[in-house]
Amino acid sequence: MKFLYAAYAATWLIHLCYLAIVSLGFGKLRDEVNERASRAKAAS
Amino acid sequence: MKSLFYILSLVALVLLSYGLYQALVVAPTELTMGNVQRIFYYHVPSAWTAFLLFFVNFLASVMYLIRRSPRTDALAVTTAEVGVVFCTVVLVTGPLWAKPVWGIWWTWDARLTSTLVLWLIYVSYLILRRYSTGGQTPVLAAALAIFGFVDVPIVYLSIRFFRTQHPQPVIGGGENSGLDPAMWKALLINWAAFLVFGFLVCWIRYRLERMRQTVEETRALESLLEADLRSTR
Repeated sequence: MKFLYAAYAATWLIHLCYLAIVSLGFGKLRDEVNERASRAKAAS
Repeated sequence: MKSLFYILSLVALVLLSYGLYQALVVAPTELTMGNVQRIFYYHVPSAWTAFLLFFVNFLASVMYLIRRSPRTDALAVTTAEVGVVFCTVVLVTGPLWAKPVWGIWWTWDARLTSTLVLWLIYVSYLILRRYSTGGQTPVLAAALAIFGFVDVPIVYLSIRFFRTQHPQPVIGGGENSGLDPAMWKALLINWAAFLVFGFLVCWIRYRLERMRQTVEETRALESLLEADLRSTR
């Protein structure tokens, strides 16, 4: 049974890690967009 | 669009929970392998989902070479990345199934080796996209994806063409192959669940890619404007 549970747990660990990486990517891009917007505002 | 996303998330959650219940509780225990055979309900749907995503990647790559649309390029990178995630699940759950059944974690037979090669092809595709600079990167990546897809039918047919440690086909494998109807049900529900889940992950990743493309376009425009301003001073 331990191999069965390990396989199921590993599956969700892989998917959750990937979702975390995608969320970090979103965060970084959002920061960049906000920074550019504030820079453009300051320049105008 | 947002409400559709939430509805699909709910559908995925229900299907995944029901699939887990079917796999662990309802599906009968396999006679020779015992409970460890239940890995099948995650291993096989993950492989089928990965193949489907690589097929979409192939189509998007062909379309990109014809139309050069950023949307098809975003779809290509999305499906390759999510496909690699599902293929990773296959490569991790496979050895966890093999160890108690075969007594070994890994063997270099045609099915396992071609699956590892498939994973390496798409990882190299993602590395090419991530670290290559210059305007031709999406074109090179599309060409790699088209040739890389050739490995998908090889993986699928490897257990029919070669004698492998990996079991011979259970589905569509001839007279002595086949699945118990309860096993079929568990398999199909889990596949449906992974398809909906994979679609949702692709949705999120596609949005991220489109956002990244917009930011890159803005960056390029800004540097052009700066260069223009410098030349006029």
